[in-house]
Amino acid sequence: MPGPRYRAADAALLIVEPLDIFTAVFHRPSGTTHLLNEPAPQILEMLADAPLDAAALLDRLSRQYQLDEAEGADMLYARLDELEAAGLVDRL
Amino acid sequence: MRHRISLRVGPVGFRIGSDWRAPIAALDALYRDYPRPDFADYTVRLEATSFWRRWLRPSVQTLGDYHLPDSAPLPLAQGLLAAEMGMNLQVALGHRRHLLLHAAVVARDDRAVLLSGVSGAGKSTLALMLSRRGWRFLGDEFALIDPVSGLAYPFPRPISLKNESLGVIPPDSLTGPHLTGTPKGEVRHVAPDSAAIAAMDVPARPVLVIFPRFGQPLALHGMAPTETFVRLTQASTNYVALGEAGFRALTRLRSDVPAVALDYPDGESGVAAVESIWSQL
Amino acid sequence: MNAVERLIDLLRAPERSTAIPLDVWTEILTVARAETLLGTLAYRLDGLTLPAVVVAVLADAKAEAEQVRRTALWEANRIAHALAPLGHPVILLKGTAFVAAGLAAGRGRGIGDCDILLPQSLLDRAEALLIDAGWGWLKSDLYDDLYYRRWMHELPPLVHVERGHMVDVHHTILPPTARPTPDPEALIADAEMLAGGLATLCHSDMIVHAAAHLFADGELSGGLRNLWDIHALVEERGMAGLAERARHHGLSNAVGRALRLSHALYGTAVPNTWQTLNATDRLYRWRMTARDGWGRERRWLTRMGFYIRSHAIRMPLPLLVRHLWIKWRKGKAAGVSE
Repeated sequence: MPGPRYRAADAALLIVEPLDIFTAVFHRPSGTTHLLNEPAPQILEMLADAPLDAAALLDRLSRQYQLDEAEGADMLYARLDELEAAGLVDRL
Repeated sequence: MRHRISLRVGPVGFRIGSDWRAPIAALDALYRDYPRPDFADYTVRLEATSFWRRWLRPSVQTLGDYHLPDSAPLPLAQGLLAAEMGMNLQVALGHRRHLLLHAAVVARDDRAVLLSGVSGAGKSTLALMLSRRGWRFLGDEFALIDPVSGLAYPFPRPISLKNESLGVIPPDSLTGPHLTGTPKGEVRHVAPDSAAIAAMDVPARPVLVIFPRFGQPLALHGMAPTETFVRLTQASTNYVALGEAGFRALTRLRSDVPAVALDYPDGESGVAAVESIWSQL
Repeated sequence: MNAVERLIDLLRAPERSTAIPLDVWTEILTVARAETLLGTLAYRLDGLTLPAVVVAVLADAKAEAEQVRRTALWEANRIAHALAPLGHPVILLKGTAFVAAGLAAGRGRGIGDCDILLPQSLLDRAEALLIDAGWGWLKSDLYDDLYYRRWMHELPPLVHVERGHMVDVHHTILPPTARPTPDPEALIADAEMLAGGLATLCHSDMIVHAAAHLFADGELSGGLRNLWDIHALVEERGMAGLAERARHHGLSNAVGRALRLSHALYGTAVPNTWQTLNATDRLYRWRMTARDGWGRERRWLTRMGFYIRSHAIRMPLPLLVRHLWIKWRKGKAAGVSE
């Protein structure tokens, strides 16, 4: 049974500044600066293209990066929760 | 208030009122060459902690547009220090016209070096020593970075030297009184040279950021972008308050200006190291 | 005119800002800052030709107000997000409500905590949801905690552990132990919806609340600012139904006083009934303008009188005595243990 879909906050609400392995993201509505470590910037990028549910997102991430599926799922849910709490990602 | 003085430092005008004459007289002497404006951006008030304490063991509360509710009062003998702390506080809590960084700033030919660090990192002493070797002094407490142009604007307040650093004060300087028993130990304020005061409205372009660390064997380290970014946000008192403008100003400073970490054992080697790095830019 | 009178005059008639000497401007801006009216003044003077140094300070004040507004709206957004499971609109109060509804009263306004109103029956669940979403209690002891829950009209303040902003959850707008008892059901029933699960009080209730907060609360802190709120609300959307609504909530006295003072200080257009100050009004005006050109609160005798009165308003005398006795005992105990 598919879970909820997620999508990145509107691009106009974010200012993205890649640094090195970290990316600084300024979230304009909250005035918060986030320092995102991989794979969070990649998650944001994927969710900006199109809304995805967690399973589809995990699938795409594991194809692009070496990810153990079981570990990957827990990690992904944790990151999605954080991104949603921060307002960088919305749940549809 | 019974006693008062107005003075301007770079883009900031201050008005200081006092229940006693002595701190105002000390400011008047130390700020001899500074402009005395009609308009003040901020107000500092030196007030007696209670009616009787105006005369009995006089005790100074530092108040003003902004103040810290739990700050301990100072004895009247340290009134100048109270005024300086009051001025710092107004800027730290209220200023938003520029991005503020805890840094000393010196410049040659209107190209500036930022020495970023907290109290005790040695930036004040380095700045004073460099200013004696032909560098223009733009400030030792706050670097003021214009959010639009990225230029560093001078904020050349008297330099506050403490304890061991008191030895570097050149004999011909204009200084405040020698203060003992302060919360930071022995303190003395040194006015910048007249050229620095005269040029207080002339900005300089930052070309180098140094994070100095005093009392370590001489070493120079490059810094990764994330480390520089984080250290700059930590060095800023108003980064969050500035919102988007703060983010843009700080990321632009980080990407436009090289940053290095400098460990140095003593003032002389620190100064030599700064001049050496400078000559290689 | 002294500095605070000049400030009131400029708020009332911005065009009177010509030919003010720079040292007087310094005092006016100091008083405005002390009264949390600098942002409001900046928007009132927007576009006028003023000395450059003054324009610079006002520009900073507008930028700060923008920032404060953005922060307040985000906090409201996160609170609504956390309380969505309640299935009940989150009713914003005071400054946050003004900016969320795009009201003139919100232009340049300073905003501190986010104040919200919910039915009393939902308070426990709201508390649990907020704690779950990252808010926590400020350090306090059991007695203060109990004081809040039993005798005040709000939960003890909650602060968000990461963002550091506070939310005050109210179930009515005055302490239940206080004399005027407004009707919380009516406040909630007639609230006006905004997007995103948020709402505000209806227009008349906003004015009634502001007046209650200003006078029935007793301390008169932030008086000039709160009075400006009332002026701006009336100027923007008028007074239709206000007198009746005030009567319904038992707050006719407070609203009457607010309108009389608003007319006297800010020139609010009001009918004849509210155009003359009585003796008590004048005392309140004296208290509200107790700020000198250095930003200090003067007239301490009046201040003390108001402080004692404010506690008396919140609690009937026996309760007040007990409350103060317990606080005194705890103060002594703390002293001894050091």
